[in-house]
Amino acid sequence: MGVLTIKQYEKTGILSLNDLTLPSDEHLNKGVAIIECVQEIPCDPCVGICSVNAISMKNINAVPKIDYDKCTGCKRCVGICPGLAIFVIKLKDDKALITLPYEFLPIPKIEEIVTALDREGKPRGKAKVVKVNKSNKTTVVTIEVDKDIIMEVRNIRMD
Amino acid sequence: MTVDNIPNIRTCITPLDENIRVNEQDKAGKLPEDEFCDKKRKKINADIVIVGSGPAGLMAAISSAKQGVPSILLVDENHLIGGQLVKQSHKFFGSEEEKAGTRGIDLAFELMDEVNLLKNIKSMLETTIIGCYNSKQSHKLIAIKRQREGNQLIEIICKSVIFACGAMENMLAFPGNDLPGVYGAGGVQTLMNVYGVKPGNKVLMVGAGNVGLIVSYQLLQAGVSVDRVVEILPKIGGYNVHAAKLRRCGVPINTSHSIKEVYGNEKVEGAIVEKIDSSFKPISGTQQDVTCDTVCIAVGLTPSIRLLEQIGAKTEFIAEAGGHVAIHDSSMQTSIKGIYVAGDSSGIEEASTAMIEGQLAGVSAAVSLGFDKQAKKLKKKYIKALEGFRSGPFGLKPKICKEKIACCWNGGINY
Repeated sequence: MGVLTIKQYEKTGILSLNDLTLPSDEHLNKGVAIIECVQEIPCDPCVGICSVNAISMKNINAVPKIDYDKCTGCKRCVGICPGLAIFVIKLKDDKALITLPYEFLPIPKIEEIVTALDREGKPRGKAKVVKVNKSNKTTVVTIEVDKDIIMEVRNIRMD
Repeated sequence: MTVDNIPNIRTCITPLDENIRVNEQDKAGKLPEDEFCDKKRKKINADIVIVGSGPAGLMAAISSAKQGVPSILLVDENHLIGGQLVKQSHKFFGSEEEKAGTRGIDLAFELMDEVNLLKNIKSMLETTIIGCYNSKQSHKLIAIKRQREGNQLIEIICKSVIFACGAMENMLAFPGNDLPGVYGAGGVQTLMNVYGVKPGNKVLMVGAGNVGLIVSYQLLQAGVSVDRVVEILPKIGGYNVHAAKLRRCGVPINTSHSIKEVYGNEKVEGAIVEKIDSSFKPISGTQQDVTCDTVCIAVGLTPSIRLLEQIGAKTEFIAEAGGHVAIHDSSMQTSIKGIYVAGDSSGIEEASTAMIEGQLAGVSAAVSLGFDKQAKKLKKKYIKALEGFRSGPFGLKPKICKEKIACCWNGGINY
């Protein structure tokens, strides 16, 4: 039944950058959504919510494809994704903004300093909360971090 | 277990009451006749009875009601409508049509409202079907409704029954598995999300399928620490997105690892986990001691088919279904005319497909009673949607399951 090799992320649950299609610096300057959803699972709400048709899928099981040219970084997909697998990244001078879904209490407050965590839950420095939105009980939080860790930081911890 | 002398009760889902008598049951159950014989057996008639009000049962009720069936009775042994939906605090996957992006609990309320608006559906909660019999013209179900003033014995006569009874959690055999603190993951989810009870402070999760991953994440949300998830297979069985959520909160997932034993003085105090080789044998010297007060077992589900067996529906063992299931045709009808099955009872899958199967069964049952509002078109749509869900790699198991069921239905040639 198919190929028997097991991918690294299937063993660990952690995606590497090689598993993803990354945007260019130009795209990052404008701010775009990065979809960390690499398996064919039957799910498509991100396609429906995108107002500029930047996300497409051939069928309900297909892996979502994002057109970074079309994406405006509006963040609506961040709150709808049932897998909490979409992040919006935007470069801002020597800093960067990461928008991520957060489903824990207490809800972060603007200006609060939190710990930025990577895909393994390891602390990668401090981050400042700059924006907080709610979408169907998923808090969509935008944090400001150093530019060099934008592809690592995917979670926050309130200290 | 027996509760107040009533046999075959799942105590894990029975609300505790003052003066309740819970006993072990080590033989076939017998109803306490004295307790009921002087009470009047209440008789109820219905066109369609739906057993189970989870996603499959609810959709079966709604879809048959919309076809115009005059009297539909929705029966559930729990005190809430919605089955497992009521404890699903995460957003559902799937397509917009199947309410993707909606949380299970919100979906339960949405569907509950829809059921309440449909005057031809009557729902009866805290009611357990304890027997079912079929004759040529009609079917008879015996039920017990639990109520404050005493249990009521009910006889239901109906033309059609849809069994949407769901499934039960599998258990694992290991030393110490009977210590308080060893739970099914679904049981822990019910405690947390339905009753608001914290199951423990530090959890070891066994099984990295979607249930194990999702319940681990919900434990974190409830403020419970999860030490790690162990998975005997070399890869994570659930969706990567669920695993990733857990990993970025710092919870390790150890694949090719299993639980050896649980220890503790009268309650769980810790567990021994060990690495497993490619032939599933423990590797010596790899044992690790995990300090925890709760062990959650999330190693799959078995379809609940006892009522279907009792009524005489033909069953088969199908590994991909999770155990024995009643075989059924493409309309979800079993080998007995007028008896339908839907959802996990017809093979373990998930909520979206359970909803579609429920609709398929509901419309099919309605048609057989002469109520038809574009039923053919609807059935075609449902079958197509099911095929869509089962066409991806995660739908492979249910796809094979349904192919085997179809094969058995067509005479049971070797598969």
